Amino acid sequence: MKHCLVVDDSSVIRKVARRILEGCEMRISEAENGQSALALCKQAMPDGILLDWNMPIMDGFDFLAELRSLPGGDAPKVVFCTTENDVSHITRALRAGADEYVMKPFDSEIITSKFAEVGLL
Amino acid sequence: MTPAQFAFLAKFLKDRSGLVIGEDKRYLVEARLGPVAHQRGLASLSDLAAALARGADLDLAARVVEAMTTNETFFFRDGAPFTLFTDVMLPHLMAARAREKTLRIWSAACSSGQEPYSLAMLLAERKAQLAGWRVEIVATDLAGEVVERAKEGLFSQFEVQRGLPIKLLLKHFAQEGERWRIDAALRQMVHFRTLNLLRDFSALGRFDVVFCRNVLIYFDAETKADVLNRIAASMAPDGYLMVGSAEAPEAITRRFRAHPSRGGLLVKGEGAASAAPALSLVAAR
Repeated sequence: MKHCLVVDDSSVIRKVARRILEGCEMRISEAENGQSALALCKQAMPDGILLDWNMPIMDGFDFLAELRSLPGGDAPKVVFCTTENDVSHITRALRAGADEYVMKPFDSEIITSKFAEVGLL
Repeated sequence: MTPAQFAFLAKFLKDRSGLVIGEDKRYLVEARLGPVAHQRGLASLSDLAAALARGADLDLAARVVEAMTTNETFFFRDGAPFTLFTDVMLPHLMAARAREKTLRIWSAACSSGQEPYSLAMLLAERKAQLAGWRVEIVATDLAGEVVERAKEGLFSQFEVQRGLPIKLLLKHFAQEGERWRIDAALRQMVHFRTLNLLRDFSALGRFDVVFCRNVLIYFDAETKADVLNRIAASMAPDGYLMVGSAEAPEAITRRFRAHPSRGGLLVKGEGAASAAPALSLVAAR
């Protein structure tokens, strides 16, 4: 069973994402900011990360840069999931090492389509 | 709606679009045609059926057919057909057409354009190999409204996130507010037309590849065989036909045989069951 870390400061978004991904037989962990997510990744690298951009303490972009510099940090597939829906943000995310990008609002088809695209489903 | 009115609607749809609607699809008729009746100020589906039966309102007839036949689609739908396009069909056709350097592709039942534009993106990725080639994609659908939309090449944020990798979105689309428009170069590769598969389509010319997916499933066996035979007549002798994987077991004609890769890919030529009568099964999955 693949392990996905859902990182978002909204408990509602985390709950919805958890429900969708658990329906795809993934094991889910949650973090509400980049710093907590980084601590979890240092303990055990997940297979995939669904990552919000704007969060308190450490945002998704800074988290991604830190993650990719960790030993084994290049392994998780990172799917941004954010309201930052413009070309410049998407370009920045991909250059920083994101594998896919979900523009909020999303539905289950979009999440599963993106996770399939990066080989997690 | 009385049983007689439902039977009238079912016959109307079969005659106009080939769509076979049984009593078990009554819910679908109500869900799709209810809004049409409402838009036209008709109080019920009974009134809608009565208006159609009078035969004077051609626009209403077109709206009813469109409402019942418009299906959701998305980019690179099902994945495998597009892998077969790049890994099986294109290599063979590019070798076989090396002298004439022309390639014609038909996306039959293209809906809002995601299928032909997916093919156009794959061809654009091979721009260098296809330099000097004349490549044309013809895309047709029964529903004029969706064909007009497809021509615009403008998709919602939801649509561009279904099946389309983010890198291809950045590469081939420009953001216009909350929507995304596909590049002019790709739009120019695709020629959209409104077309009813039940009518003569020989004027479209000869094709090397035909994508006709998730359409045949709605036809009865006789209509399916008729459409498939006429598609075969519109194809090059070594052409490829891509049908939906769920449709392939019912591809009831001897004009095609299943490609070894399966998954709904058929090759023009004598089917394996050639000793069988005209309606024989080609098992593609």
